[in-house]
Amino acid sequence: MLMNIIPIGAFLLALLIGAIVIAILGVNPLIAYQALLKGAFGSMNAVADTVVKATPLLFVGLGICIAFRAGVLNIGGEGQLVAGALSATIVCLTFPNLPGWMLIIIALLVGLLSGAIWAGIAGFLKAYFNVNEILSTIMLNYIAAYGMNYLLSGPIMDPLQIELGSFIPQTARLTHVVDLPRLIPTRLHFGTVIAVVFAVLVYIFLWRTTIGFRIRMIGQNIQASRASGINVQKYMVIAFVLSGALVGLGGAIEVLGIHHRLFTDGSVSGFTGSAGFNGIVAALFGQLHPIGTIPASLLLGALLTGANKMQRVVQVPSALIGALNGLIVIFVVGSEYLRRRQTRRVEPTTKTESNSQNKNKKENK
Amino acid sequence: MEAIIIGIVKSAIRLATPYLYASIGETIGQLSGVLNLGVDGVMLMGAFSAFYTVLKTGNLWLGLLVAIVVGAIFGLLIAFINVTLKAEQGISGIGVYIFGLGLSSLLFRTMVGTVQTVSGFPPLSVPWLSTIPVMGKIFFQQNILVYGAFALVPVSWFVLNKTPLGLSIRAVGQHPEAADSLGVNIVRIRYFTVILGGILSGIAGASLSIALLNVFQQNLTNGMGFIAVALVYFGAWRPKTVLIGALLFSTVNAIQIWIQVKGINVPSDFTLMLPYIVTIVVLAAMAKRRIHPPTALNKPFERGE
Amino acid sequence: MKLKKNIIILIMISILVLSLGFGASAKAFRVAVIMPSSISDMAFSQSMYEALVTIQEEVGKENFEFVYSENMFVVADAAAAVRDYASEGYDLVIAHGSQYGSSLMEIAPDFPNTSFTWGTSVNTFSDQGITNIFAYEARSEEGGYVCGVLAAKLSQTGIIGVIGPIETGDAKLYVDGFKAGVLATKPDGQVNVNWTGSFSDVALASEAAQTHINVGADVLTGTAQMVVGAIGVARQRGVLWFGTQANQTSLAPEVVVANQVYDWTVVLRPMIQLIKEGKMGGTTYALTLANGGLKIVVNQEVLVEKTIQDIIEGKINIEL
Repeated sequence: MLMNIIPIGAFLLALLIGAIVIAILGVNPLIAYQALLKGAFGSMNAVADTVVKATPLLFVGLGICIAFRAGVLNIGGEGQLVAGALSATIVCLTFPNLPGWMLIIIALLVGLLSGAIWAGIAGFLKAYFNVNEILSTIMLNYIAAYGMNYLLSGPIMDPLQIELGSFIPQTARLTHVVDLPRLIPTRLHFGTVIAVVFAVLVYIFLWRTTIGFRIRMIGQNIQASRASGINVQKYMVIAFVLSGALVGLGGAIEVLGIHHRLFTDGSVSGFTGSAGFNGIVAALFGQLHPIGTIPASLLLGALLTGANKMQRVVQVPSALIGALNGLIVIFVVGSEYLRRRQTRRVEPTTKTESNSQNKNKKENK
Repeated sequence: MEAIIIGIVKSAIRLATPYLYASIGETIGQLSGVLNLGVDGVMLMGAFSAFYTVLKTGNLWLGLLVAIVVGAIFGLLIAFINVTLKAEQGISGIGVYIFGLGLSSLLFRTMVGTVQTVSGFPPLSVPWLSTIPVMGKIFFQQNILVYGAFALVPVSWFVLNKTPLGLSIRAVGQHPEAADSLGVNIVRIRYFTVILGGILSGIAGASLSIALLNVFQQNLTNGMGFIAVALVYFGAWRPKTVLIGALLFSTVNAIQIWIQVKGINVPSDFTLMLPYIVTIVVLAAMAKRRIHPPTALNKPFERGE
Repeated sequence: MKLKKNIIILIMISILVLSLGFGASAKAFRVAVIMPSSISDMAFSQSMYEALVTIQEEVGKENFEFVYSENMFVVADAAAAVRDYASEGYDLVIAHGSQYGSSLMEIAPDFPNTSFTWGTSVNTFSDQGITNIFAYEARSEEGGYVCGVLAAKLSQTGIIGVIGPIETGDAKLYVDGFKAGVLATKPDGQVNVNWTGSFSDVALASEAAQTHINVGADVLTGTAQMVVGAIGVARQRGVLWFGTQANQTSLAPEVVVANQVYDWTVVLRPMIQLIKEGKMGGTTYALTLANGGLKIVVNQEVLVEKTIQDIIEGKINIEL
């Protein structure tokens, strides 16, 4: 369908511009992009890496789906990932002797709750103190980062590190019983399955429950929602909290599935890989539909993984890859315009940014 | 004691400068209904262009001019995406951020290579005013870009509140249909405000690389642009309150540095958190005032029949 | 066990890949390095990059190849890179960052014919039966101590400022050593330390430098790539600077007195030798003053200039 070709076309256009820049830097763009593909899909390990990279993107993306459909922008993903990861780690460090399956479930639940609470702080501040959520979530991101630094530099630092005198800011390796099982002998772990399950759950939530319906309605038409007696504030906060819960769960799963410990290098992006921001992009590419976010996260994961391979093979500066990513986002987001021109009928999925009356479908000029 | 206060306030004023430029620029854009989360990326591009120009030519004003031009170009790009292509503004902003971060780093790597310093704008004593005891030392011995940032506050307040242009800008953000029916060119106003926002973000970046820090490095801003956007909300889209927010954040930051330097026994990570916590708390404490976001914020305009 | 079977499969694949690689460049020793920041950061990553360049220039490109991945601050990506390099048959994979350790611990057993190394750290994981990981560290407290002694001697006010990133790893070692050196030389001296909370907050480092100077410091030092901000301020206000990890003299030749420079070739050379002889891991290396891995590079002009100036201004009373 033409509708799906447009964003693909935008994607390719961005890659074309990237190719030109690569050529200017003196590298053969074909080799570069071949490396990109190889890095994303070229071997079992590559595919595993792609999927592993996509998993936190999916969690964040699902959270964004819920929040954005209620008209709130949750850019606190980085902080919520940390909150989830930190709490899950602390649980596992504190109770190393519980049976593995129990500890995993508790840790994931705690991670989910911590993310919910971290987002909930922003939601609460908005509902009762009129503090804009963009401000509070940005601030909370930093507070989470410094909190993590503090804990990792002392209270939960690996005792081995202190003993060895190297003071690397990380926790002890979590007991092996909490490792999420591997699906195939690569880094691919069970957390991905959990993510997909939650994608389905979020779909059911948004389209088959009353709360979900109300959340979607608020996003589409806030006046009508108010008019029909929905407590808009309350549901916005609920959406925010649920969003944070999913992200927090994602953070916990990153720890239990991949890293098996928590660490820092000052900023949180060494741990999160900026999934808190990239997940927003994934949600958009997925048309803010939980099921659509699955392939979108995979695509973004492939791009990021492949780009690292590209850096290894052709030795272009890593910054080029960042610029390319940004360009892709800009182009695909910009191409939505053309997509919308193609559609005559009202498409709920693209209208969620409205907080007020529906946009008229008749175009301006 | 006096010396301590002078030192802290001077630090706060310096720290606040890039936030002021970027935040007021974003305020103007948001007042007309356009959200731009990519401020940090534009700041980085402005910082690099100014730095590179000064590195190669030694001409500070030329560097500033280049930063302005680069900021305007990015503003044009953002306006095109958000206003004409009516893209999802929150997301496009993030794309601009990632792009600006990557591009500035790439250009730095390929065109400069190693980290080096330049001689930026020197402190400029305002005649007579700088001789006032205490206040003179704090306020009137800064460099010119600092003065510019603070001058921007009353200027922008005046334009936004006392001129037809300002009225149009606010109308476009508050009642676009009404403004449109009165003949205001929504698209042109939004392009104007967003490009102006880009210019101011570019100057914010330049204030870092050729005035305050006199260096460029990858990711020089380290997320400042996002704080600047956050401060717009603190400021409730009013330049004077944005100034308060920027000063509050920067003053607490200056204080926490001082606390650490003085060796006061608080873990450094907690003092580092202070500016962020205080900003939230103060904003919450101001809760009862009426805050009206521009009604049309983050909504592209389409003329209905 | 399934795990064992998978390891065997991977070993066979690795051997296959390696033998393919052998056809290409059987003679050259191939190294891959993964770094958390830019190769031009004037600090941690740059020091390793320069060491590799030095070795390559010594033995020639046909004998020594190296590739690098920079700005790999995302640990999951770095792990993918390590695995990738290993499966492409590199002889030595350097994971230059203390956050990479756990990744190495997982990956190394899968590639017994590849040697891995990481730092700064002392853990070779040999207690877990892993035999192909080397570790290296920098005893930066030694050079820190020397700089501290010099700083105390040069400081007129007796107040010295330190600007650090986070209080861990070799940053902590350097700062602790520096403080010890100052206090040993001038017991009533004052060392003020502040931590900026990250490695890259240049603006905060710059303001911290201003604050240190405002409370009376006339000598400053610091570590991590953000210190360029502090060096700029030092230059502007005529305050002396001591650098570490790399030679920062070029940033402010008028005020940089001395630098502790990391010379990783002291670590790399014996490591490469061992690998060629067939020992793939298990040894810990350190940069020390004794083995030349830590060098104190003194910027002569500043030292001499300042001393002369102090004498002229009567600040130094030469006891005859």
